[in-house]
Amino acid sequence: MAAEKLKCKECGTAYPLEARYVCERCFGPLEVVYEALDADVAALRRRIQAGPGDIWRYADFLPLVAGPPGPSNHLASRAGLPAGWTPLISADRLAERLGLREVWVKNDAANPTHSFKDRVVAVASARARELGFAALACASTGNLGNAVAAQAAALGLPSYVFIPADLEEAKVLATGVYGANVVSVRGNYDDVNRLCTELSAEHEDWAFVNINMRPYYSEGSKTVAFEIIEQLGWELPDRCIVPVASGSLFTKIHRGFQEWLDLGLVSGRLPTMNGAQAEGCAPVANAFAAGQDFCQPVKPNTIAKSLAIGNPADGPYVLDIARRSGGSVAAVSDAQIRDGISLLAETTGIFTETAGGVSVAVLSELAGRGEIDPDERVVLLITGDGLKTLDAVRGSFEAHEIDPSVAAFDAAFAQAVS
Amino acid sequence: MAATVKIPTQLRAATGGVSETSVDGATVAEVLDGLFVQFGELRERIQDEQGGLRRFVNVYVAGEDIRFLDGVNTAVPDGAELTILPAVAGG
Repeated sequence: MAAEKLKCKECGTAYPLEARYVCERCFGPLEVVYEALDADVAALRRRIQAGPGDIWRYADFLPLVAGPPGPSNHLASRAGLPAGWTPLISADRLAERLGLREVWVKNDAANPTHSFKDRVVAVASARARELGFAALACASTGNLGNAVAAQAAALGLPSYVFIPADLEEAKVLATGVYGANVVSVRGNYDDVNRLCTELSAEHEDWAFVNINMRPYYSEGSKTVAFEIIEQLGWELPDRCIVPVASGSLFTKIHRGFQEWLDLGLVSGRLPTMNGAQAEGCAPVANAFAAGQDFCQPVKPNTIAKSLAIGNPADGPYVLDIARRSGGSVAAVSDAQIRDGISLLAETTGIFTETAGGVSVAVLSELAGRGEIDPDERVVLLITGDGLKTLDAVRGSFEAHEIDPSVAAFDAAFAQAVS
Repeated sequence: MAATVKIPTQLRAATGGVSETSVDGATVAEVLDGLFVQFGELRERIQDEQGGLRRFVNVYVAGEDIRFLDGVNTAVPDGAELTILPAVAGG
């Protein structure tokens, strides 16, 4: 399914497969369009299953012109970091706690830099190399910066990572360690994004992965949907809970399901799509609740900094998909986010960052309100690692400090072991 | 009352390559109208059929998104910079 052209999602104007991201006629976003795939379903499945254990097993559905980079991504760093093919875990204890039958956790913290961003960066950087770019850059809420810095190091390219000045320390350190140029901008993510949109016009030899490479970058998120289908034994889930920042991940997971349904690689109906936001930055959830098809931007104030995008460009598409699929976009408080992190950790052994806490909290709320049929097969998307947002769990428990003696231990745990 | 309007690369085909221009006007609406007098082709690219801004067009006065201010009625101080940019998703 070779990439054929870029096409405006709003007015349909076509463009060549270059480093462009916005329609010159109406300013709408551009999306990759593929040539029709002429292969029988069984052969296609076999080709996918024989592919590498990373996103390049789905190369037929990704926008590279020359095919996947390198024969073995696991062995050759210059071919890029091996993103994707993360575990899909049957979360029986979590399901039981929520009164549901079947909950699966897609743990994308198990990527090279511990978030789903490695997927999109792998695609954007591979396409950037095809187009001959000299450097990688991005506007980031943290996880993307980690992924761009690491990928650039693997590929041997310089990188420039622009972040809001108030970012969690772990995310700043886990960017700078790769030798990236870290630019801390006095402002929020939306200020950083505006600056980078202006800078991308001034530095035409830089691939801003989420700006001028955005049509290619965002395609990488479809691989989450492909993996879920494959890991469920070529079946669709009934429902997906996905965190929403700009809305790109949510819309592309939906597109991934749709593409495989259209091809006949999987049968059934499109999953119900539930978007998850934090109350402190809920422009899409607000619009959903108000019945609007556009988002009024907000100034973010939440512990879920990786979701702190107040001006979500894909918001209108998220609203449309959530409504058409019978889903919703809901928001939860910072306290619910902390509870969500604990609930997931205590029932699955997976420690997620604040964005994952948002997803768990929304699932918990939907289940509590009886909006999920107990027989549904639900997939919960965990996009990042708890070690990057330790502040969220600080103070949530106390360690038992004792002298090194059996008596001291017994005294401290007298109630627990008696 | 004149503002400096910054034109993004994607719209420069409609301005003959001009990236920055001075336009008179006391509000965003007035400045945009003045801009459309200078470059007629710009109107249909950034305005919708109802005369509002298209939904993927962001306008900033002195770096602030006008949706946090008074929208197209936002006052434009003399010498202020008005920036037009496309909305971009993906953090």
